[in-house]
Amino acid sequence: MTNFVNSLGIILFATLVYATPLLYGALGSCFSEVSGVVNIGIEGMMTAGAFTGTVVAYFTGNPWIGFICGGLAGAFFGMLHAIATVKLGADQTIAGTAINMLGPGIVIMLAKVLFNSTDTIPLTASQKIPKLFAGLFDTTTVFGRFMDNVFANYASTYLVFVAVVIVWFVFYKTRFGLRLRACGEHPQACETLGIDVIKMRFLCVCISGFLAGLGGACVTMTISTQFRPISIVGQGFIAIAAVIFGKFRPHGALLGCLLFGFCSGLKVVLGGSSGINMHLVSMIPYVVTVLALILFVGKSRVPAASGKPYIKAK
Amino acid sequence: MKKTLALVLALCMIFSLAACGQKAAPAAAKTKIGMVTDVGGVNDNSFNQGAWEGLQALAAEDSAFEVKYLESKTDADYQTNINTFIDEGYDLIITVGYMLADATRDAAEANPDQKFAIVDDSTNADLPNVACLMFAQEQCSYLVGLVAGYMTESKTVGYVQGMVSDTMNLFGVGYISGVLAACPDATVLQYNANNFGDIAGGNTAAKDMITKGADVIYHAAGGTGIGVLNACEEAGIWGIGVDGDQAASLGLDKVVCSARKSVDVAAQDMSKAVKEGRFTPGVHTYDLTNGGVGIYTTGDHIPADVLEKVEAAQKEIASGAKTVPTTPAECPQFTLG
Repeated sequence: MTNFVNSLGIILFATLVYATPLLYGALGSCFSEVSGVVNIGIEGMMTAGAFTGTVVAYFTGNPWIGFICGGLAGAFFGMLHAIATVKLGADQTIAGTAINMLGPGIVIMLAKVLFNSTDTIPLTASQKIPKLFAGLFDTTTVFGRFMDNVFANYASTYLVFVAVVIVWFVFYKTRFGLRLRACGEHPQACETLGIDVIKMRFLCVCISGFLAGLGGACVTMTISTQFRPISIVGQGFIAIAAVIFGKFRPHGALLGCLLFGFCSGLKVVLGGSSGINMHLVSMIPYVVTVLALILFVGKSRVPAASGKPYIKAK
Repeated sequence: MKKTLALVLALCMIFSLAACGQKAAPAAAKTKIGMVTDVGGVNDNSFNQGAWEGLQALAAEDSAFEVKYLESKTDADYQTNINTFIDEGYDLIITVGYMLADATRDAAEANPDQKFAIVDDSTNADLPNVACLMFAQEQCSYLVGLVAGYMTESKTVGYVQGMVSDTMNLFGVGYISGVLAACPDATVLQYNANNFGDIAGGNTAAKDMITKGADVIYHAAGGTGIGVLNACEEAGIWGIGVDGDQAASLGLDKVVCSARKSVDVAAQDMSKAVKEGRFTPGVHTYDLTNGGVGIYTTGDHIPADVLEKVEAAQKEIASGAKTVPTTPAECPQFTLG
């Protein structure tokens, strides 16, 4: 029983650790996709946020300023994506791929200029995003340890769940959200009703970048203390997969991210204590994701106008 | 008018080329050392960085050396980078990491007069122009294992490895042997992350071990280990770093010590050997006898009596009075291999 509770605590802990950055990225992806712009550049925007967050936190000493600036750096790359795709009508997939190359490239160049290294200088404990409820639970008892593992978590983790609720509310309960979704379904109809599709999409892609940037920053400012080129390795793409998994809905993406996190936790718990081949165990999160996509999710409905540049005159 | 302009421009180019040629004219004959990194790049906080820092220090203290590195972004760059140094007439080419073993072999066979040194690979030991720089990582791991064994109060320690291979297993075998030598009834929780870049995975694995009672955790897992050491820091238990001085490089207060692997010393050694004309091919082992491995104790967290015992063991191993196991067969408690 003790073992079970301990392992469950660890799996839930891992679920949150893995899911937090993915969720920020996924919410970002939702904003862009639902407004009708394919954003494959989430990975590059996360990298930008990861770097900027640590650097700003290091120089200002304030993790929250760093965290927000991480988001702004993501938004900057989102803006580049928006200029290319929304204003100039470039191919959205190619522009996104360019962002994925540009982000890490610029970041590593800046790191070399600032620190003469590809890594940033490690943050001190007070420069990291704080943990909530740390030390609140009595870790000498099994129950206390469980509670500590699950609930003594970074503020950024709690924040992302609040963000899911906010995004859901904005999408489905506000006029802005209705317009946003309409832009992704039938931009011409929107335009005839007096909605500025270009402005709308531009804004959404920027918000997308902002959220992705926050996702990147919360990797390097929580479980790591510095930015390294390996800080963001594929999280952006898994976030996009989670969005497709969740049928382009924020609450669906939440499930996708949690499922992936849960399986990653399972991987660690199984890999540490059993004789199962580690290569097989490492496959669990990916195999489960693929199976879930095939068996349970059914056809994901892409917003009708997603990927198509909107040209006013047409 | 256009023609004149073209002529002027062409002349400018010819003269500037000539100027370049003059600048490059030989001054005093320098010993040129070229280093090719693996895909980790020159700032990997590990062997690439170690080797380059060693070469930089060497060039700074002795102007007879000229050092340069070329970074490999992909596997395809290894051959190209090596060839660049060959074309520029470098005296010694240091290739860093076992990933360059094949590229080094091809280049060394094609250019029998060119001297090579490769870090962490012994498969090229049969070639007459390649020196293989090997590190007794089981020895430094044994020393940090002793520290863990003496300092654990719960008699439970942890170990996270980045990959299962003969070279990587040396870390685990040495560490566990050390732990058990210091604390025979200790439990060693072990985890193979199967990944050198999964910070969240390392963090979770360490958290799992801490939940199971571990109070000292060692990692030999590159970037995955960053997550391990951060989990230790937050839980207030001891973490043990690897390769470099991670207490300093990561700025953590709960890194009790780090296993040292001095690639810098090896790179300097080889460079000096080439300059002095005493380059020898084959396997060169860097261990406790020649200071190639050891232990960083930055932060002075280790109690004096423990440090004394570790230093005594260090002397015994260096003198040959004690040998550290190198294969999983000699250390049945090592379960990852």
